[in-house]
Amino acid sequence: MIQINKDACKGCGICIAMCPIKILEFSDELNNQGVHFPKITQEEKCTKCENCMIYCPDFAVVVNKDEK
Amino acid sequence: MKNKKNIDRKTDFIQGNIACAEGAIVAGCNFFAGYPITPASEITHYMSGKMFEINGTFIQTEDEIAAIANIVSASWGGNKSMTATSGPGISLMLENIGLAVVTETPCVIVNVQRGGPSTGSPSIPLQGDMLQPKFGSHGEYQIIALAPSSPQEMFDFTIVAFNKAEKYRVPVFILADALVGHMRERVDFPFEDEIILDERNKLETYQGIHQKIFLDENMAPMPIFGKGLKANITGSTHKEDGFRNVSDPKIMDNEIKRLSNKILKNKEDIVLIEEKYLEDAEVAIFSYGLVYRAVFETVNIARRKGLKVGSFRPITIWPFPQEQIEELSKKVKTIIVCENNLGQMFPFVKAAANGNAKVIFLPPETLGTLYNPENILNTIKEVI
Amino acid sequence: MNKTIEHPLKKYFRGEINYTTCSGCGNGIISQSILRAIDELAINFGDIAFVSGIGCSGWIPSPSFNTDVLHVTHGRSIAFATGLKLAIPQTKVIVCVGDGDTGSIGGNHLIHAARKNIDLTVICVNNGIFGMTGGQAAPTTPYNSKTTTTPYGSIERPFNLSNLAVAAGATFVARWTTYQARPLKNSIKKAIMHKGFSFIEVVSQCPVQYGKVIGMRNDPVSMLMNYKEKSVNIRNSKKMSEDELKDKFIVGELAEKKNIPELTDEIKRLRREAKKR
Repeated sequence: MIQINKDACKGCGICIAMCPIKILEFSDELNNQGVHFPKITQEEKCTKCENCMIYCPDFAVVVNKDEK
Repeated sequence: MKNKKNIDRKTDFIQGNIACAEGAIVAGCNFFAGYPITPASEITHYMSGKMFEINGTFIQTEDEIAAIANIVSASWGGNKSMTATSGPGISLMLENIGLAVVTETPCVIVNVQRGGPSTGSPSIPLQGDMLQPKFGSHGEYQIIALAPSSPQEMFDFTIVAFNKAEKYRVPVFILADALVGHMRERVDFPFEDEIILDERNKLETYQGIHQKIFLDENMAPMPIFGKGLKANITGSTHKEDGFRNVSDPKIMDNEIKRLSNKILKNKEDIVLIEEKYLEDAEVAIFSYGLVYRAVFETVNIARRKGLKVGSFRPITIWPFPQEQIEELSKKVKTIIVCENNLGQMFPFVKAAANGNAKVIFLPPETLGTLYNPENILNTIKEVI
Repeated sequence: MNKTIEHPLKKYFRGEINYTTCSGCGNGIISQSILRAIDELAINFGDIAFVSGIGCSGWIPSPSFNTDVLHVTHGRSIAFATGLKLAIPQTKVIVCVGDGDTGSIGGNHLIHAARKNIDLTVICVNNGIFGMTGGQAAPTTPYNSKTTTTPYGSIERPFNLSNLAVAAGATFVARWTTYQARPLKNSIKKAIMHKGFSFIEVVSQCPVQYGKVIGMRNDPVSMLMNYKEKSVNIRNSKKMSEDELKDKFIVGELAEKKNIPELTDEIKRLRREAKKR
């Protein structure tokens, strides 16, 4: 339920730092801007706090509250 | 197009500044922002009451920069807006005048010129700011400027100014001076059905993200704010849809040329001149504004003495009546340029004459004072 | 399900969401807070107009936001916004400015608009530096900072912009950092609904230019954590000494005044009075 638009990401790392349960980390892949973008490690632990969505300066993260 | 006008009397004896304000109101001005400065303050005083009487808006701003900013954005809000100041105020406004030009914002700016440079002489007339509106702001641009010579013309030309501003989506200047602004003369107010007002071309409905709202030589429609038209306005170099592009020289080239052509290609409609006794003239006197009063008197005297003299008066200073001067230069032997400065329009007249006629410059004996017709006559006799 | 879902704030953008700001710039967080505030207030976006100036803050609404946007000269946004609000008072006018833009060249317009109490919502992105032009010292840059125009350290005390706004007469003033995105959004909501001059100062990270000044270059996360550590709520700040508050950011709603006549209302009143005579 966390959707990451990898090509919109600039690799700032803010979402990773703002996740209260630390389930985001940088992926090994590079996007088309040449930076590492975040990946979700344990999606089932997500509380849908929406921090990752709210703090992303590039609107690259969407938290879908409807989906489980 | 005819509109209801705010006229309630037919003739009055009023100061040029007041006549200017009255003309603005007849033209539909409903937003005035100003800052006090001699010799223009009377316009601001008058508007500070009148604007509320006609359901308009008046604001005294913290400085002239805010005054021009206010009239530009109020124009985007759909108002017919105006400010009035003198040379020092125009100096402060120049940056945002450029913004008004590049965003194609209709507005009227009155400069009641005073002695300069710097603080100068607030109540002494000088035609010292004639190049300022055209060349004072940075960059390459065109504006329209008119030079009234009497309170009647302060009234009449302010209406013309609003009309041209609306029609061509451009700031229009009234270049008066301390004397024209402060002198009192009879002003005849026209009958209601004699007045014709122009209104800006407005965008009616949102036409999509790339709607063309700028850079049309035939006037792009203006998206007034607050109507759901999603206006995208910027002072940065932009394309027809308003989107900024500051890296491509072709876009800058297009923007500058289209904006320029918007005015220059419509010179026939924009440029107003007045020619008197030029049919058989050997000498023409070029003058504008207050100086024209003395020149016209001189031409009459000269003709009574049998001298073949005529008068060429640009009512429109910018865009400069280049073609008309060139025509004139082929008919007369000499053009005498009379202006209350050290020759601001003189080089333009000389260039336009292109060697076809001799062009000489004759200032008043003392800058800031009225010409003595005898002095002009003596010069005429020398060259005729 | 592999369907791509749209960002809930995408509807407020003209096209694709594509801020060309530096990686980690606080602008995007502020943009989200503004749009979320508007979304929660359920105001028709077409009834809002944005004015912005020259500087990185100017890019928050212009040209991205899908409503009337006016992008003007450096420092003059508040003056332009005043004229616009006077002409179309029924439209909510939000102004995005920077600390350099409104604290330096635009200072005069800020204090007079606050004094006139014209109904504007001014969001001041305070990154403590002139970012766009290459990291020059701004009126908000702390004393002794080394910037591109203060290589030996700045020798001027910085402005406290919120205090300046309060002293000038602003009738709603709040300060937050980008770390407090949600309270920021709530203050923006309140500011939009407040009838009068609202000033919201947002301390925001400029990782490239200001990050360099404080040894956190290109490290927006550290800058945000620094905001978290150094933020003190206005309530708690009242119990602290001047010394304890020295490097802190006092956040919260700093001032609110009701029943101060608002400029467009006063204009309407003058029109009524002028007609009577």
